[in-house]
Amino acid sequence: MAFESLSPQLTELPGAVPAWRADASAAELPDICQVVKDQGGRLAALWGTDEQDRGEGYALNLVLAKPEGILWLKSALPVDRLQYPDLSPIFYPAQRMQRAARDLLGIDAEAADRRPWLRHAAWQETDRPLRREAAGATVYDQGGNDYAFVSVIGDGVHEIPVGPVHAGTIEPGHFRFSIVGEKVLRLEEHLGYTHKGVDKRFQGMALAEGAKLAGRVSGDSTVAYAWAFSMAAESIAGVTPPERALWLRALMLERERVANHLGDLGYLGNDGGLAFGLAQFMRLKEDVLRLNEKLFGHRYLMDRIVPGGVACDLARGGIEAIVAECGALEREVRLLKDIYDDHPGLQDRFLTCGRLTPNTASKLGVIGLAGRASSQAWDARAQAAPAPYDVLGVRMKTHKNGDVAARVIMRFDEIFESLRLIRAVTERIAPGEIALPLASAPAGRMGLGWIEGWRGESMVALDLDANGSIRSCHAHDPSWQNWPALAFAVNGNIVPDFPLINKSFNLSYSGCDL
Amino acid sequence: MISWPGLAAQFTEMLLAVLLAPILQGWVNQCRAWMQNKSGPGILQPYRTLRKLFAKEAVIAYGASPLFRATPYVLFACMCLAAAIVPILGTDLPFSPAADAIALVGIFALARVFISLAAMDIGTAFGTLGARREMMVGFLAEPALLMVLFTVSLIAHSTSLATIVQHLAQAKFVIYPSLAFAGVAFTMVSLAENARIPVDNPSTHLELTMIHEAMVLEYSGRHLALIELSAALKLFVYSCIGIALFFPFGIAAGGDALGLLLALPVLVAKLAVGGFAMAVIEMVSAKMRIFRAPEYLGAAFLLAVLAMLIHFLLEI
Repeated sequence: MAFESLSPQLTELPGAVPAWRADASAAELPDICQVVKDQGGRLAALWGTDEQDRGEGYALNLVLAKPEGILWLKSALPVDRLQYPDLSPIFYPAQRMQRAARDLLGIDAEAADRRPWLRHAAWQETDRPLRREAAGATVYDQGGNDYAFVSVIGDGVHEIPVGPVHAGTIEPGHFRFSIVGEKVLRLEEHLGYTHKGVDKRFQGMALAEGAKLAGRVSGDSTVAYAWAFSMAAESIAGVTPPERALWLRALMLERERVANHLGDLGYLGNDGGLAFGLAQFMRLKEDVLRLNEKLFGHRYLMDRIVPGGVACDLARGGIEAIVAECGALEREVRLLKDIYDDHPGLQDRFLTCGRLTPNTASKLGVIGLAGRASSQAWDARAQAAPAPYDVLGVRMKTHKNGDVAARVIMRFDEIFESLRLIRAVTERIAPGEIALPLASAPAGRMGLGWIEGWRGESMVALDLDANGSIRSCHAHDPSWQNWPALAFAVNGNIVPDFPLINKSFNLSYSGCDL
Repeated sequence: MISWPGLAAQFTEMLLAVLLAPILQGWVNQCRAWMQNKSGPGILQPYRTLRKLFAKEAVIAYGASPLFRATPYVLFACMCLAAAIVPILGTDLPFSPAADAIALVGIFALARVFISLAAMDIGTAFGTLGARREMMVGFLAEPALLMVLFTVSLIAHSTSLATIVQHLAQAKFVIYPSLAFAGVAFTMVSLAENARIPVDNPSTHLELTMIHEAMVLEYSGRHLALIELSAALKLFVYSCIGIALFFPFGIAAGGDALGLLLALPVLVAKLAVGGFAMAVIEMVSAKMRIFRAPEYLGAAFLLAVLAMLIHFLLEI
């Protein structure tokens, strides 16, 4: 058992991934976190919940991860004492999550950084939109934005503000560069422009509705989120989806990964000025999306995974179509990989650009694809291995250079690995049921879902009320951990290389502006 | 000596330059689209863009000085003047004594100074960013361009472009090895000066990587239309200089109408080939890191110096 050495009373959560939950007092948290960190663990998520419907004030929720499993810690915060110790000295990514929790709920980490994170413009400090008493539909006037960026002072240092509205069609985020000449001395990110109150929206939803909303947390990872949500719901209901449903889920998740990696590789070429790469990779991605539409009825596979199983079966001939596509894709991607590898101009842009050393990555707790490109060996498919990945056996690859080139290589490697997994699925999948009903979810139970999407691990923590509808639900995106790392990767690089570095991370704005 | 037919020919050529320039730009973009297996918007797309922009309201940035408003007109005038002294169809140009090859570099520099000042005038970070990158590229490209022009001036014993081209086109056929080096240097400088890959990317939407586009971000409406037209005209003028210096055959010697008319299809064919070649270069190259630009333009300068040395060693 992964967390047995910890003092609190552990309860094992049933389900696809090894998960436990425990209660701990706020004062105990730093010690527990330190022990987990010393054992090679890290922070997977941090958020706050309103427990006043149970008469318990508020609660801080932590999810700690180790390769063997995850632990959900809940720490009650009474109404008259909303403070808890700052965990960011132990786990760096806690900073922004703590600030977001304070903006939403008023629970305070007593950290040195008093600036809001999600709270922008006319949203007043006294407004706590995640509290039960908040209507959740407050409309604010346009207000000023006087976020206090850290300024770098020195001879010739000046700032470039970029965003939140960009020249391309991308999500909103503000980047404040402190530069001297073309060299970046410091990059500070200001996100939260797409805050939309998803945690509040989840409350009171039925499970089927909740799965749909979870699938819309970050559109490019819709399969991962829907699976994580379903996993949490199934954990509560004590249902294991039929085998065919699990195979189909893995098939969809790997197809999502392949499609996203193909798109990223195209854009990485394009940002390096090689439009040829974009044209070729987008054509391949489009083929994958069209086959998705044909076989599953949705290009991005939205709402195809539901609690209890999957929503649609593979049509006759689907397996053959997928196998044929795997062969064609593999051939073409290998060819394009050779072109990228042998292109001196492109390699000159990629190599040593935006380097995140394994040491920094480990201190920052970087996860997912960007983490693996900097020697951070975390992959929930390979480690927690929820079914059917326990049978498939994912061969995790890592790279130690941590530059744009490494993240490009990771994408190529993961495409080939995903194609191998897809082939393996097509060989093993057998006819059968595709969904089981989640008839009556036991009231007042909690469940965790944890799955490795293409960007990194998507986590959903679910808590049901007495009627079996959602009492609280929190979806965590890997971008929370990786956005701060981007700022470190950019340091010392030149300004025009930022878009390339940013694209090589390709983090979600929406996914962490919930 | 200014003659009426000469003046007529002069204005015909300037008008032709303004009319053909967007088509050349459209042709390069069309070739790029084809090479990416795309159907492309057609070679007349720049005209549609210009029509749209001229019809739109021009929004001026808050706090912009008269310089900001004047720059598009200055830019357009500079490029028209450049087009006037470059032999496009014929070498009998009444305006050519007004400015020689060195002054031509000065005209381009004038345009560059104005657009950079205008970019800094409105005080946004991107304008300043683009302006200083443009200046960096400019001060490296100009010497290389000057050396190329000096080399051809030495061959023709004149700095007047019309005389140089006449000499190269009309003199009995001689192979000048120096022109090969000068030609490569000129091509490299042209790509840099016209904000093409590998130095700049005209089609990017990434504001942090832009050079030329970053400077004109705040322009709109008719001002932007004039800037776009000037950019197209600059590409056209550069192409015509390249053609006139390195592939001058077929250019009309006099200013008579028939000669000019016969020179037109030759010019169009040469531009089409040149535009296609440019698209190929752009498709197979990635954009350089901005600090590779000095190395790139340094290489261009070196080639231009070599051209001149070769001229002294082998051709005198």
